[in-house]
Amino acid sequence: MLRKLITALSLALGLAFAAPLAGVANAETKARHPHPLAWSFNGPLGTFDRAQLQRGFQIYKEVCAACHSMSQLTYRNLGEKGGPFEAAAHRNAETGEIEYKIGAPHDGDRAVDANDNPFVKAIAADYEVEEIDPQTGDVVTRKARPSDRFHNPFKNEGLARGANGGALPPDLSVITKARRGGADYIHALIGGYEAPPPGLEVPPGKYFNPYLHGDLSAFWKGDPAKVPEGGVIAMPQQLFEDRVVYADGTAATVDQMSRDVSAFLTWASDPKLEERKSLGLQVMIYLLVLGVLVYLSYRQVWKSVKH
Amino acid sequence: MSGESTYKPGSGFERWLDARLPIVRLAHDSFVAYPTPRNLNYWWTFGAILSFCLVVQILTGVILAMHYIPNAAMAFDSVQRIRRDINFGWLIQSVHAVGASMFFLAAYIHMFRGLYYGSYKAPREILWILGCVIYLLMIITAFMGYVLPWGQMSFWGATVITNILGAVPVVGEPILYWVRGGFAVENASLNRFFSLHYLLPFVIAGVVVLHVWALHVAGQNNPAGVEPKSKEDTVPFTPHATLKDAVGVTLFAMMFAYFVFYMPDSLGDPENYNKANPLVTPPEIVPEWYLLPFYAILRAVPDKFLGVVAMFGAIAVLFALPWLDTSKVRSMRYRPVARWFYIAFVLVCIGLGWCGAQTPDKVIYQAGNYRIELRDAGNKPLAIAQGRTADIAERVMQQEVTRLGGAVRSLQRETPFRFDVTALSQILSFFYFAFFLLVLPLLGLRERPDRVPETIAKSVLGGRPAAAIPKAEA
Repeated sequence: MLRKLITALSLALGLAFAAPLAGVANAETKARHPHPLAWSFNGPLGTFDRAQLQRGFQIYKEVCAACHSMSQLTYRNLGEKGGPFEAAAHRNAETGEIEYKIGAPHDGDRAVDANDNPFVKAIAADYEVEEIDPQTGDVVTRKARPSDRFHNPFKNEGLARGANGGALPPDLSVITKARRGGADYIHALIGGYEAPPPGLEVPPGKYFNPYLHGDLSAFWKGDPAKVPEGGVIAMPQQLFEDRVVYADGTAATVDQMSRDVSAFLTWASDPKLEERKSLGLQVMIYLLVLGVLVYLSYRQVWKSVKH
Repeated sequence: MSGESTYKPGSGFERWLDARLPIVRLAHDSFVAYPTPRNLNYWWTFGAILSFCLVVQILTGVILAMHYIPNAAMAFDSVQRIRRDINFGWLIQSVHAVGASMFFLAAYIHMFRGLYYGSYKAPREILWILGCVIYLLMIITAFMGYVLPWGQMSFWGATVITNILGAVPVVGEPILYWVRGGFAVENASLNRFFSLHYLLPFVIAGVVVLHVWALHVAGQNNPAGVEPKSKEDTVPFTPHATLKDAVGVTLFAMMFAYFVFYMPDSLGDPENYNKANPLVTPPEIVPEWYLLPFYAILRAVPDKFLGVVAMFGAIAVLFALPWLDTSKVRSMRYRPVARWFYIAFVLVCIGLGWCGAQTPDKVIYQAGNYRIELRDAGNKPLAIAQGRTADIAERVMQQEVTRLGGAVRSLQRETPFRFDVTALSQILSFFYFAFFLLVLPLLGLRERPDRVPETIAKSVLGGRPAAAIPKAEA
């Protein structure tokens, strides 16, 4: 009976998986599949590479932030536990002065509150925010503080669309969660621009990208059975070799920059990833031990009862 | 409760309390001394697992409601704030979101178990119907809960599902506007969905109490499907069933935790991480996995209203199940033919789930190409344009027409045989209903069941004399 059941189930599963393969391509959107990368944050024990997050933030700040908002983030997030600019304070024994350095605190260091983090304060101070002067009611500007939200490049959606040929640059706060394929997809998309294949007439103000889901048949003048994969996107290619100069001296290739910013955006979408995975390990071990104990008690109680 | 109460108040206080509010007696008789069939397998632990799920959902839900803002302009951001700034908010929100899927997974296993072992047959009809009521309430609660994060799939799912009401003739439209609180899904809809999403779990908890009450009156069914006849057939609930349930709950919690900590987003749609936008329709609108089979049935019927009838019928038929199955034998263990239909039915449900996740016009099998024959004035074929889709064939034809100049006078189009998801959904929907309305009523009259054991003890021990009965009962 059991063998029959297994045969029947595997047959059914086989059919379920074979069915989509047998499917004939019709007018659905299609795109090239992003190449899966070996990210440091993959797997049950994955963590972020802090240097990579800092480089990624540099790309966001110097390239993406010209058009894309990150409305869910505040500057202090950058200095929180696991963030790119988390800092530790250390008292210099000779001079007696407090020295700050980036990284998680260890032996004798003191963790620095994100709102007092000098690196974060410096980043925030590059931006200005508007507020109402409570005395006069006038709109005044002040330097941003760690508690302020990331600067939005446009005051409203209309201005954003106007500056981008009618297209709205999406907010990047949770972008790796909001796109199928996550960091692999973002990396492939922003680093994967190609010249349009001959026969593809890309409309003005749009750019060909093989990784964007789309239907190119309207722009395709070649063999109708061989419409290329991909779509047209309103964002032109942004990452070119040496577009930024990395503070840590890493060579700024297109692939490196797209990797770094994708890692940063993954952190921004899921800043508790490291905490989640480390707590997960503890919970799994706890449940495993509990499971063994409960199972042994169960065996003990049922020992004399045939069932 | 079956049998006399065996509770003996131990202390003076317990005697005092027992004379005024016999709550300890109730707990003792329901969860300690309660006789449990000795042959229950691990499929019976899903009752405890479901109680665990309900408690987890209510506890995490109450905490989330302290921080969530039910306002169309702020809901999406408030969920992000919970995940980023509230202490362990990321954990509580993940457990609640993953918990909904886990709840349904456990409920489906529990229902399929009841179906296999005939747990709906006399005297357990009310027990089964109460279970169906809980399931229906779960669907409504889960749907409203999915709307609350106010992402794209929340908004458009709410739009599509409330639109179902509009399909009802004559009164449909006023009811639709009344339920939404406006002409479209908007802030008023979000507010009431939040209110009801908080209310319904407590209604579920109330019906669960009735469900457990009915269970304790009729007693548990068991894999042999015969009622306990003597003390030899049962064991006390505690510690026997309690510990077996604890093993089941712990194993289930491990799977639950794996999803929460390592793949919290895998059961949801990435589209829901985009803020709700009434002006942008997502490429595909699909419900969560646990509602996909019903979505497939809804879309299988070409007429909108009849589709709605079929979808609700698919749930309504569960309520009638105790009277649809005519077999005298409870457990399918002793029904050799019904067992195969049961396996087919499980596969039909999985198949419907797959169909619900696809676009309805997705082609599963197509015999050959679309062909367009180009003919001249004398109706003689000049050329043939073909392609795997109608679109491609049309484009090839355009190119051919240009190449042949004015010679083409008429076109002869040929569509190949195609088998798409809608066709598969129709076939599977037919089998879904046929299982309840044809197979179970007729098979019970025709099938020759295997020999059913006389008692539970005999089914376990196979004719040999019984082993020692546990001390607690001796």
